[in-house]
Amino acid sequence: MAETLNAAQQPPLGQAGERAERLWTRSMIALMVVLLGVIVFTSAHWGLHPPSRVETIDSTSLHQGGEFSEANLGTLIAPDGSAVVRVVAQQYAFMPSCVLVPTGVPITMRLASADVVHGFLVQGTNVNAMVVPGYVTTVRTTFSEPGERLMPCHEFCGVGHQAMWAHVRVVNGAQFPFEDAKAKAVSCAG
Amino acid sequence: MLASRRLVLAHFWLAFATFAGSIVLGAWQMWARSPLHEGPVDAELYYRSVTAHGTALAYVFPTLIAMGFGYAVCVSALDRTLRGERFAWAGFVIVLVGALMSLLAVAAGNSSVLYTFYPPLTGSPFYYLGIVLAVVGSWFWAALMVYNMRAWKQEHPGERVPLVVFGTVANALLWVWTSVGAAVELLLLILPLAFGWSATIDAGLSRTLFSWTLHAIVYFWLLPAYVAFYTLVPRAAGGRLYSDRMGRVAFVAFLVLAMPIGIHHLFADPHIGAGFKFLHTVFTAGVAIPTLLTVGGLTVSLEIAGRLRGGRGMFGWIRVLPWDRPIMLATGLSLVMLGLGGAGGLINMSYTLDQTIHNTQWITGHFHLIFAGSVVIMYFAIAYELWPHLTGHPLRSAKLACLQLWLWFIGMLVVTLPWHVVGLMGQPRRMAYYDWSDPGLVGQGPLVSASALGGFVLLLSAVLLIVILARSQSGEKVETGELKYARALDDAAPLPRALNSLGVWAGLMIALTVVNYGFPIAQSFFLQHNNVPAQAVSRAP
Repeated sequence: MAETLNAAQQPPLGQAGERAERLWTRSMIALMVVLLGVIVFTSAHWGLHPPSRVETIDSTSLHQGGEFSEANLGTLIAPDGSAVVRVVAQQYAFMPSCVLVPTGVPITMRLASADVVHGFLVQGTNVNAMVVPGYVTTVRTTFSEPGERLMPCHEFCGVGHQAMWAHVRVVNGAQFPFEDAKAKAVSCAG
Repeated sequence: MLASRRLVLAHFWLAFATFAGSIVLGAWQMWARSPLHEGPVDAELYYRSVTAHGTALAYVFPTLIAMGFGYAVCVSALDRTLRGERFAWAGFVIVLVGALMSLLAVAAGNSSVLYTFYPPLTGSPFYYLGIVLAVVGSWFWAALMVYNMRAWKQEHPGERVPLVVFGTVANALLWVWTSVGAAVELLLLILPLAFGWSATIDAGLSRTLFSWTLHAIVYFWLLPAYVAFYTLVPRAAGGRLYSDRMGRVAFVAFLVLAMPIGIHHLFADPHIGAGFKFLHTVFTAGVAIPTLLTVGGLTVSLEIAGRLRGGRGMFGWIRVLPWDRPIMLATGLSLVMLGLGGAGGLINMSYTLDQTIHNTQWITGHFHLIFAGSVVIMYFAIAYELWPHLTGHPLRSAKLACLQLWLWFIGMLVVTLPWHVVGLMGQPRRMAYYDWSDPGLVGQGPLVSASALGGFVLLLSAVLLIVILARSQSGEKVETGELKYARALDDAAPLPRALNSLGVWAGLMIALTVVNYGFPIAQSFFLQHNNVPAQAVSRAP
């Protein structure tokens, strides 16, 4: 036991010990530097950035007109051919509750909250962000596969939080009403 | 037996009583939201339970363990009596009153805002006031830790502060500074809103302030376990600590780097710029280093013990370690969970990878594995190690204690590994129930059911813990001698002055916090429309 350690049993520390200690420390620092390098490379290479625009909006008057008025909610095709999806999150639903988007088109999702903090993710994708009242969340993505995906609220927003699910319906370009969507926002909500 | 033993016992018993109650809630929650539960549960009751579970296990349980262990360290490693014991009791009573006030407010049903508060949701002011009181009570402890170390240093000029005290006081300083973020959020933003004195709140600013507390609080929970790794475990294994100096470097690194990294919790938030998000990624990578140093130092210390016990070969030293001692077993199990959880943590802290798992059940899996797994299992081990010194009776029994630790380990893996998997499938956290018939959730139900069974294993383990501790309060007497800590191989080597005091490091901690948090906080004062009205959580849906 510890008390009976004597000089003969004492493992060498001295310079060899210090060298080992230094080697371990340097290796661990190098490991973290490599990991950071991977993060920097992937972020720059694929343009991966979290939503960080620090853009504010009056959350109490979303419905009174402006970007997030009812007629603007859903998917609009911009003159450059890309799509803009606008969604309002409020206790306990997303509007529209079914988002319709085409495959292969660059999409900008813009979300605002009318009341408390919400979050959203689109299952099976990297679309994942918070929606904080007073701020606009902007996420860019492109859907490659058609299909029906779930879009739950992922931040506790009150006692009805578990009911807050929307859908994202990704359709092949040919099935998407591009012409309608140039004039007014479209969605698949009933 | 230890001086101040009644004080230490009071802290541990209140901690474990809070813990046991919270585990009952946790097991119920897991069952209620799984396919094993027929039909949807009462959602309001579910969120009430989640709020109580989180509040008790984040603000009360680990705080009391850190306090109780800190007092035990002071009386065993410094003077033989605690200076200011009356203040220590006052702190204990304040924590108790605060905990009761908060939990009663939650039980009343109008404060189901979860322990992370989420303004502009608002609950009863008593809920928030209770948490403020619990934190203020723990500040008494932090002040006493600093005071006792300073007094000892004045009486022992030139001597090295024992590593166990150095680590404990570093943790006390870290806790006081990290709790300032949530304290400011509660006192200046949320309480005025809950009382109706102010009409609006910047939800973004609240989240920033909470993140100030939210990450370093995890290190406050973790450090008592690390203190045990450095000072109790090598001795229990029958060896020496490899490097006392490495331990000090790790503790000061935690003190400096645990604070300026909390914005990695806000990667997906719209109100923080990309630059600060990346900066906090870099510092989070930095705080992984003292953990990696600790794992390295601990492994070498255990190898020394194993070889002294006659272990041969590359791995033969592992087998001969005294695995029948609860603290040895707990350390092994803790390291497995720390390895798995730490790897998950490196994904969470990544500026890019976070998008895949942000706010999914993966996160719940991660922090349960790290905190409830690798840290709390060491709390059990610390209690088992201290108990004979506190009660004067032997542990009844070490065998039962090892069974309890195994159950906790198995239960925790069964709970958290499926959570990681369903998180990758995109399951959102904190939902009272799911529509398991939805085609989008196919494949998740069986995993959630499996993890719910793990919850009951954890409940069994918690009950066993209470039984063991209660049984070891009576029966035959044992003469325990003094509580001693591991000696280090480099005990006689010269120590730089900077590694024998914490003042400079605490200054650096504050400076880095100001640099990394100054602008994200200050921006709130020149943005427009960022203040939004309160929403009472008790309002019907």
